[in-house]
Amino acid sequence: MTSKGIWHFMMTFYSVIFFGFLFAPLIVMGITAFNTSPYPQAYPFQGVTLKWFGELFSDRSLMDGFWNSLIIGGAVVAIAVPLALAGALVMTQIYSRARSLYYLVVVSPVLTPGVILGISTVIFWRDIADLTGSEAVYRGMFLATLGQCTFIAAYCMLIFLSRLQRYDRSQEEAALDLGATPTQVFRHILIPFLMPAIVSAAAIAFLSSFENYNTTTFAILADKTLTTVLAGRVRQGTTPAISALAVVIIGVTVIGALLFEVFRLREQRREDARMRAAADAERREVLA
Amino acid sequence: MKPLSAFLIFGLPLITIATYWLMAHLERRRLPEPKPQSFIQRNGWPVSVYLIAAVGFWALILIIFPLLYMVDYSLHPKLPPAAKGGPRDVYTLQNYHYFLFGSNTSRSSWNSTHLYAFWITIVMSLLITMFNFLICYPIAYFMAQVAGASTLRKYMLLLITPYWVNEILRAFAFGILFGTSGLLNTILIKTGLLAQPIDFIGQDIALYAGLTYAYLLLMIMPLYNAIEALDHNQIEAARDLGAPGWRIHWDVVMPFAKPGIASGCTLVFMLSAGALAAPLVLGGPKSLWFTPIVYDRFYQAFNWNQGAAYALVLLLICVAFVLLVMRLFRVSLSEITR
Repeated sequence: MTSKGIWHFMMTFYSVIFFGFLFAPLIVMGITAFNTSPYPQAYPFQGVTLKWFGELFSDRSLMDGFWNSLIIGGAVVAIAVPLALAGALVMTQIYSRARSLYYLVVVSPVLTPGVILGISTVIFWRDIADLTGSEAVYRGMFLATLGQCTFIAAYCMLIFLSRLQRYDRSQEEAALDLGATPTQVFRHILIPFLMPAIVSAAAIAFLSSFENYNTTTFAILADKTLTTVLAGRVRQGTTPAISALAVVIIGVTVIGALLFEVFRLREQRREDARMRAAADAERREVLA
Repeated sequence: MKPLSAFLIFGLPLITIATYWLMAHLERRRLPEPKPQSFIQRNGWPVSVYLIAAVGFWALILIIFPLLYMVDYSLHPKLPPAAKGGPRDVYTLQNYHYFLFGSNTSRSSWNSTHLYAFWITIVMSLLITMFNFLICYPIAYFMAQVAGASTLRKYMLLLITPYWVNEILRAFAFGILFGTSGLLNTILIKTGLLAQPIDFIGQDIALYAGLTYAYLLLMIMPLYNAIEALDHNQIEAARDLGAPGWRIHWDVVMPFAKPGIASGCTLVFMLSAGALAAPLVLGGPKSLWFTPIVYDRFYQAFNWNQGAAYALVLLLICVAFVLLVMRLFRVSLSEITR
C-alpha cells in the first residue's frame, strides 16, 4: 500500500469514528422511543410499540409549549431579520470613526452567553414595567422574543454582511441615472440581490429561536416553550416519550434540511447559469 | 432610579452617539465640493427612517440599555419594591463580596463552593475547547483540502443533521447512553470488561462528553471556512520541498487558518462556559458548573441583584477569553466573528 493509501485509509477510519460519536447517542435515543420498556432503554429490547408517540401528543403542556415556540419563532423571524438587514446596511455606510465601536456593539450578543442576555432582558423590562406601571411588557412570550432577537439579529447580520461584500454598487448608480428614486433602488435592486441571504437568515433565525433554551428559560417567566417544558420533563425523570419527541423533531428537521439544501443548490445553479450566460454574451461581443 | 445611574445607563450612550454625529457633521462641512451624498440623500427618507429606527431599537433598547442596566442592578442590594429609591437603596459591592467570601455568617473565609465551581467551569471549558479543536481539525482539513465535491456535500449534511436536534434532547441522549443501567454500562458488563457499572453521571464524565459533543459543529465550520481558502498549491509546494506532514500543518495550514481557529475556540469556550442545558440534565448531584448556580440565584434564592452580579462575573471571563484569543492569535474582532 502506498503512503497515500495508508493516509486515506486512516482518514476514512477516523471519519467513521467521528460520525459514530456524532450519531450514536441519537440512534440509541431513537431506539428507546420504540421500546416498550417504561424507562428509556435501548437494550434489552422488549418489544416494538408506538405508545410513546401517543403519549407525546396527548401531553397538554408539551403541546402548548410547542405552539408557543412556533409563535415566538415566527415573531423572531419577523423582527430579527429586518433589524439585521438594517444593522448590516448601516455597517456599510456608518461614519468611519464610529465603525469599530458600532461593530463591537452589534456583534457582542454573538459572543455573550445566552443566559446573560436572558437575565439582562428580564431585569431591564421588569423595571420598565414597574416605572411605566404597565404590566403589558412584562410577559414571558414578549420578553423571550426580545431576548432572542438580540442575538439572532446578530447572527443574521453576519449573513447579510457577507452577501453585501459581493454587492456591485454600479447597478445602483445605473438605476439612479435612469431616474429611479433611492427608495426604488432599495426595493427593486438591493432587496432582490439580498433575497437568498434573507431566506437563509429567516431559516437560521427560526431554528435558533425554536431550539433556544439558555436565553428563553430566564425570559419566559410563567409562560412556557417547547424547550423549557422539555427541560422540566427531563429533570423530573425520564420517559421514552421524550425520545419519541426527539424522533419526531429529527424526522421533521431532516426533511427541512433536505428542502433547504435543494433550495440552495437550485439557487447556486441559477447563479452559475447567469454567470455562464454573461460570459457567453461577452464572448459573442468580442467575436462580433 | 438614582440620577447618576440614569445618566450612566441612558445618557452616556446617547451622548456618545451625539458626539460621533457632531464629528461626522463637522468633518463633512470641511470637505470640498462636490460633497459625497448624505445618508438621507443616499437612502431616501423612508429607508433612512427604517434604518435609523431599526438600528436604534436593536443597539440601544435590546443590547446596550439592558446590559448597562444589569451592571447597575448588580451594584444594588436586594430590596422589597417599596424600599427602592429609598435611603437603603445605595451603591454597594456586597453581591460581588458574596461571590468571593460568602455570607457574613458562614465560618469559612472564602465562598469555596461557588469559587470552586467557577474555577472548574473555566478549566473544563478550556480543556473542552482544546479537545474539540484536536478532534475537529482532521475532519475540517479533510473536508476543505482533500474531499471531492460530492463527499464534501455528504459530510456537510451528516455534520449539520444532529444539530437540528435541540440541546436538551442531545443531553438527554447522553443521559440514556451513560446512565448506570445505560447502554454503555450494559455493554461493558456483558462483555466482561466491568464487574460493576461505572457512575458516569456522578463522575461528571457524561457532562464533559455531552459538552464536547454539543459544540463540535461550531468548531468545524470556522475551521473549514478558513482552511478552504488556502491555495492547495502551497501545501503541494511544502510537500515537494520535503516538509513532513506535521510541519505542513504546523507551518502552513494552521498559521493560515488562524482566524478560523480563533473563531471556533471563542465560540466553543463561550458556549461551554455558559452552558445551562447540559449541566442541568447531565449534572450529577455533586457536580459543579457555574451557570446552574447563576440560575439558582434567581429562581432558588430569589436574589436577582446577586444573580446579576454572578452573571456579570461569567460575562467578564468570556470577555477576557476573547481578548486573550485576539492577543494570542493576533486577529481582530471582525475576523473572529466572520
